[in-house]
Amino acid sequence: MDSILEEIQPIFRDILDQPHLTLTRESNASNVSDWDSLAHINLVTSIEKRYKIRFALGELQDLKNVGDMVDLIETKLAPR
Amino acid sequence: MLLLVSPMNLETISIEDLLLRRKSLRRMLSDAEGLQPVRISVLGGSTTNELVDFFELFLLASGFKPVFQQSEYGRYYEDAVYDPGELIAFAPDIVYVCTSYLNVLNMPPVRCSGDEFNDYVETELGRYKQIWESVKRVLPAQIIQNNFELPPFAVLGNIDAVSHGGASHFFLALNAEFARAASSDPRLLFQDNHNLSSRIGLNQWFDWNRYFGYKILLTAEANIAVARSLTSIVRAMYGKSRKVLVLDLDNTLWGGVIGDDGVDKIQIGRETPVAESYTAFQEYCLSLQKRGIILAVCSKNNSEIATKGFEHPDSVLKLEHISCFKANWEPKHENILAIAAELNLGVDSFVFIDDNPAERALVEAQIPGIAVPDVGNEVSRFATIIEEGRYFEPISISEEDLSRASLYRSNSARSELEAKFANYGEYLDSLEMSAEIDRFKPLYVERIAQLTNKTNQFNLTTRRYTLAEMEQIMGDSRYVTLYGKLSDRFGDNGLISIILGRQEEDVLHLDLWLMSCRVLKRDMELAMLDSVVQQAQGRRITSLRGYYCPTKKNGMVADHYEKLGFKLEEIEAASNISIWTLNISDYEPRNRHIKVMELVHG
Repeated sequence: MDSILEEIQPIFRDILDQPHLTLTRESNASNVSDWDSLAHINLVTSIEKRYKIRFALGELQDLKNVGDMVDLIETKLAPR
Repeated sequence: MLLLVSPMNLETISIEDLLLRRKSLRRMLSDAEGLQPVRISVLGGSTTNELVDFFELFLLASGFKPVFQQSEYGRYYEDAVYDPGELIAFAPDIVYVCTSYLNVLNMPPVRCSGDEFNDYVETELGRYKQIWESVKRVLPAQIIQNNFELPPFAVLGNIDAVSHGGASHFFLALNAEFARAASSDPRLLFQDNHNLSSRIGLNQWFDWNRYFGYKILLTAEANIAVARSLTSIVRAMYGKSRKVLVLDLDNTLWGGVIGDDGVDKIQIGRETPVAESYTAFQEYCLSLQKRGIILAVCSKNNSEIATKGFEHPDSVLKLEHISCFKANWEPKHENILAIAAELNLGVDSFVFIDDNPAERALVEAQIPGIAVPDVGNEVSRFATIIEEGRYFEPISISEEDLSRASLYRSNSARSELEAKFANYGEYLDSLEMSAEIDRFKPLYVERIAQLTNKTNQFNLTTRRYTLAEMEQIMGDSRYVTLYGKLSDRFGDNGLISIILGRQEEDVLHLDLWLMSCRVLKRDMELAMLDSVVQQAQGRRITSLRGYYCPTKKNGMVADHYEKLGFKLEEIEAASNISIWTLNISDYEPRNRHIKVMELVHG
């Protein structure tokens, strides 16, 4: 779980152009600066490409913070 | 003259990196000096923010400083036709109408007659014509309109493109009408999404999750392709398309090493698959040459032996297609600089193709501004990779383009002639030059705008004007406008010089004076000066005021006004712009060697 959080941190740093950003499970669009809707689309697209997964439409609506996103990635990567 | 700003290379960056590093790339590229401002309005049928972000990056990398305005979501029609206030206030240089198959209001029903089908096409076309006409009425901007991708679903299967009720048929017909409209209207430029989406594939073009989620219709890949395509149009508008293809020989134009294998053993022709692949690449190069791209050879070879390759009976390219030929053992970057000097073109208009990665790396490192695509070493891929770079985008194909390559060849014939005369004036006389110098005419205004935007060296002020601005100036009585065309015994050089003077009482301010470098040292500037003085005297003007604004590229005209006898008034400390005056009350015509046709308007 932690490893995915570590893996996506550089993606957030690059896209938000904040080299020193530290991501926690509680991070979300309201407590991370510049995480606007365009950055959000970019984050989602980049994470999809990084893990070769696609988020379903409904899945993204329910995410409240980075922790939820990490869990969702984890679920999608889990072998069936 | 050859020291140019190197645009950061975004040609080879991966999509993942482009997505991740967008903000930092933007920050870095924006720091470059001397970026050319351009204002762009995007009238979008869906969310265009991502497209605009990529478009901005590619423009920055091409030396532009873009500022964007985007219509409210889906209001591409209303913002242009009913409510153009914001558009007018923004004063864009370019208006890009970005629409997709989703924006069509009335699709023909499945049961539909041929006549009804035509009505549907006509009606939809009519909406777009309203947009274009409205923009043209209120703004002096260039319009870019994309055509349509094929629809994602062909519910009628294979006859979707046949039946009058087929959506595919409808969009193909609409695209044909768009192309017709663009071909007859220089203000309307055409961006070919039909072609782009075919290359990418419709399943990689549309992204339904992003559309339902954020109203972004296309994948990131597709938006990047559209942004690259738009950037190539803007580059072409401002004369930044590339013009020269520099080619290696061994294992690039033919298989094998001609110096080792001999001309009989090189791989070219139809006998083997490998030979066929080299022949196909030569055919592609020839097709570029025929549309006006200049071909040059830069090869490590013995010149005499290398030449024999083109005498091979199966060689599609003949020596006559090569405007400049360098085969020797000097480093390639030095040869390429020599080619640039001989052709009198900047290396930033060059594309270099070589199968050898070491040579590519050397040339790329040593020559800022040259494009060196990573073509690999598989010749069957070369043409596709060159196409993807969109280096040679034309805005329209003029007669000029079609005859350009032969023009450069007759230039070298002129150089040979030059050597035979002791006295330069005698040489000029032997050229039997005649010029047509006249006020701007509608017939030439497109070429005038094109030349204004692409001339960098013999250009005193390097001011850029859009086609629409030129049209406005043409009708403005304060301006003295002059174009010059020059012919000689080797051929017609076409329209090659422009002067734009603005009258303020008894002074004529020379806002623009430029000339194509292909007619340097022909005394054409004297003939132009004679004509501008003649026009000025007719308006009771007593002096000309010239301006020299130094740039990285126009050093060759630093002493232009001095040589013409203008007096230096001042040099602005901050900008280094020098201001020059010529009293014309007792002016004597200077031109001795060019026969000038009578001015039609006198």
